[in-house]
Amino acid sequence: MSVQYLLRRIGFYTLIAAVLFFFAVPMLWLASAPFDAKPGLGLRWPEWTLDNVGKTLEHPYALTSLLNSLLLCGIATIVTTVCAALAAYALSRVRIPGRDLLLYLLLLLSSVVTGTAAMVPIFVMMFQLGLINSQYGTALVIAGGMLPAAIFILKDFMDSVPRSYEESARVFGASPGQVLRHVVLPVARPGIATILVWAFVNAWGNFLLPFLLLREVETQPAAVLLRTLQDEGGSANLTVIPVFSLLYSIPVVLLYLIVSKRYGFRFHGGIKS
Amino acid sequence: MSTPVDLTPAAESTVDTPSRRGRIADVAGLGVGRAVAFVLPALALIALFLVFPALWTLYIGITDYQLTGPAAANPQVIGIGNFLTALGDTLFRNSLWLTVLFVLGSAVIGQNLLGFGLAWLLRGARPWLRRLTESLVLLAWILPSTVVAFLWFAVLDRDGGTLNLLLGTEGTAWLVRYPLISIILFNIWRGTAFSMLLYSSALAAVPPSQLETAKLVGASGWQTVRDVVFPHIRGHVLTNTLLISLWTANDFTPFLLTAGGPNHASETLPVFIYRQALEGGQLGYASAISLLLLVANLVVAGLYLRLLRRRS
Repeated sequence: MSVQYLLRRIGFYTLIAAVLFFFAVPMLWLASAPFDAKPGLGLRWPEWTLDNVGKTLEHPYALTSLLNSLLLCGIATIVTTVCAALAAYALSRVRIPGRDLLLYLLLLLSSVVTGTAAMVPIFVMMFQLGLINSQYGTALVIAGGMLPAAIFILKDFMDSVPRSYEESARVFGASPGQVLRHVVLPVARPGIATILVWAFVNAWGNFLLPFLLLREVETQPAAVLLRTLQDEGGSANLTVIPVFSLLYSIPVVLLYLIVSKRYGFRFHGGIKS
Repeated sequence: MSTPVDLTPAAESTVDTPSRRGRIADVAGLGVGRAVAFVLPALALIALFLVFPALWTLYIGITDYQLTGPAAANPQVIGIGNFLTALGDTLFRNSLWLTVLFVLGSAVIGQNLLGFGLAWLLRGARPWLRRLTESLVLLAWILPSTVVAFLWFAVLDRDGGTLNLLLGTEGTAWLVRYPLISIILFNIWRGTAFSMLLYSSALAAVPPSQLETAKLVGASGWQTVRDVVFPHIRGHVLTNTLLISLWTANDFTPFLLTAGGPNHASETLPVFIYRQALEGGQLGYASAISLLLLVANLVVAGLYLRLLRRRS
C-alpha cells in the first residue's frame, strides 16, 4: 500500500512537472530575450541590457501600432459592450414574439459565421465600400463578429437579475431612463465588466481581420505589425520583436491578473474563442 | 424561464403569467418602441458584418470572381464549377485532410485529454500547485496569438532553439521537418485552458460520495474515471469536443507559425482560403471553399445546439 502510494505520488509529480515544463518553457523567451544584448530565436541566459527597449521605442511604427491597437480595440470593445448591453436588456425584459428564435439564431450565427469562413465577402465588401485601411471600419467588423456571443452571455446575466428591483423603482415613479441608470446598470455591472474584458482580450489578439483589412503599415495594430517585423527583409528584426512582444502582451496580462484576482477564472459563460 | 422565483407581491402582478405568454409582455416598463430601439444597433451591426457576408459568400462562391484581371470587373456565374474544381484540386484535398488531422490531433485528442487530465489531477492537489498550473495554462490562452507564434519560433528554431538545446539536436529545423506536428503542439499549448476550465467545473458536479465508494472498493484511477466520472460528464465531453473542434477547424493562427508551408504541408482550410483569395486572387474559388467550411460549421453547431436543448 505505501509503496503503491509512493509510486503514485511520484507519478503525479512527474506528470505535473512535465506539464508545467511544457507550458512554462516557451514563456521564458518573453522574459529573457527582450533584455538580452544579442536576442535570438532561442532560449539562453541573457547578457542583461535595456538597449533593446530604447531601440524598440525608436522604431518608426512600434508605438504607432500600439496606439492603433488601443484605438481599434477600444472602439470595438465599447461598441460591442454598449450594443450588447442594450440588446440583452431589452431581450431579457420585453417579451417579443419570436424572441427565443432570434436568440437561437444569434447563437448559431456566432459560431458558424467566423472570420475565416466569411473572410472573402468581408474583404470584398470593405474593398467596394472603400474601407480598406479604415481603422473605424475594421473596428466595426470586429464588433459585429463579437456581438452575438456578447448578447447571449449578457442576456443570460440580465435574466438572473431579479426583476423586482425595477418593479419597485417603477412603483415609486421612476422613468424608464432612471430605472436603467440607477437600477439596472449598477446591478448588471459585473456582467458588463465580464463582457468588457472578454471583448477587449478578443479584439486585442485578433489578427486575421486587421491583417485582411488594414494593408497600410501606418494603420496596422500591434498584432499585424509583429507579423510585418518578422517579414522585414526576409529575416526577423530581433532587436525590436522581443521587447515589442512584451509591450503588446502587457495589457492582456494585466487584465488577466485583475480578472483572476476579482472573479477567479471560473465559468460564468465567458468564452474566449 | 431561468429567472429566480420572485416573492415580492408587487412584482407578481406584472411578471408575465402563463396566460399572457406569446403576447408582448413588458416587465420593466421599457416600452416596446424603446426595446426595439435598444436591439436595433446590435442587429444592424450583426446583419451588416455577419449575415450579409454569409449570404454574399453564397453568391461569390458560384462565380469566377477574381481579385484582378478581366473576371474582377465582370464576374460570371459558373454554378457549381468551383465545387467541381475543388473535387479535382489536389491542394484542396490535401488541405481538407490536414484540417481533419489538425482538429483530431490538437483539439479532439490533445486539448481534450490534456484539459481533462489537468482538471482531474489538480482536483485534489495542493492549492499552490493548482494555482500555479492553472495560471500558466490560462496565461498561454490569454497571450496574443502573434506573440505565441514567436514563443514557438524560439522553441522550434533551427539554431539555438530551445528544443534543439534540450535534445542536443542542434540544426534540426522542426518547423520544416514536422510542420503539422508543430502547429498541433502550438495549438494544444494555446487552447488547452478552455477544456481545463470546462472539465474543472464539470468534475465539481460529480457526487463526492461516489468517488469515495470507488476509492473504498479499490478502483484504480482509470476505472474511477471510466465507470464513475465519465457517465456524469458525458454531456460536457461532447459539448467540449464539438466546440473546440469548431474553433480549431476555423483557426487561422497556424498561418502565423508556418504560413501553410513548407510546400502546403501545414495548409489547413482557413489558410488555404486566405492564400487562394488574397495571394492567388481566386475570390470565387475561395468563397466556394468558405461555403463548404460554413456548411461543416453549421452541422457541428447544429449538433451542439441540439445537445444544449436536450440538457436544459
